[in-house]
Amino acid sequence: MPQHRLSPHQWLILTVVAICAPLGDTCLSRGMTGVPAISLQHPGSLFAAVFTPWVAAGIALLIGFFASYLTALSWADLTFVLPATAFGNVIVALLAKFWLHNTISLERWSGIVLITVGVGFVAHGPARTERAWDVAGAELAAPSEEERAR
Amino acid sequence: MMLPIQHGETGMWAATGMISAVVLLSTAGEVLTAAAMQRIGDLDKIRAHSGMKGAIKAVVTCPLFFAGVAFLALAFFSLLFALNHLDLSLVAPAAASLTLVTNAVAGKIFLKENVDRRRWAAAVFVCVGVYLLAH
Repeated sequence: MPQHRLSPHQWLILTVVAICAPLGDTCLSRGMTGVPAISLQHPGSLFAAVFTPWVAAGIALLIGFFASYLTALSWADLTFVLPATAFGNVIVALLAKFWLHNTISLERWSGIVLITVGVGFVAHGPARTERAWDVAGAELAAPSEEERAR
Repeated sequence: MMLPIQHGETGMWAATGMISAVVLLSTAGEVLTAAAMQRIGDLDKIRAHSGMKGAIKAVVTCPLFFAGVAFLALAFFSLLFALNHLDLSLVAPAAASLTLVTNAVAGKIFLKENVDRRRWAAAVFVCVGVYLLAH
């Protein structure tokens, strides 16, 4: 299995993915709890909610997230990017603790530890793994034993 | 689609349906987008070679990318709908943690990613961790 290690620039992109996603979701939640109940019979009110300030701020953050996320997926596996960027949830929780002075329960500290361990698992492995067709392509490109013997 | 829901007293089945819709649509969108980006290749290299315009052109001329974005847009509106009827403390941890597991399964089946024991363990640890953190 090839060890596709990441450059500092690529880690920076993963950090942007990790931070923008939870912050964007928080803004969306703040905005959507402030609007009246939306029924499936009036889907147009969902579109109107998009233009409220908190939802608009959430969408701006999620656009930043999406651009970085696409870049990350172009050089790393989906099963690497998703757990690695879940560390953003830990960053938001720690900001809430040390910046906003919120109380973090034992349950939440357990969550922080589990996410950190999970991110550690993927971060020590390759960002992109070989696929069946990668191996087949490499075998086609590489000379066979008979060809080497000639 | 008609769900028997009222603001503030959403039933269990309606809540399950809303969260399942977010999870399944997100998974479909993320797998299609990942497949598109794998087909396009390293965006940093494309940008270094052809500039930002070249990188944007490479992305917007890939049909798989638009299929992925369409599913992600549906997932986004289903998330807005769910947030309007359910508490964030239920929707966020449930959707985020379940999506990690469904993506690991979908990544192995559809993208043929080599999901080894380390990645399965990471998916499960992060899944439980996100649930505990946001619950």
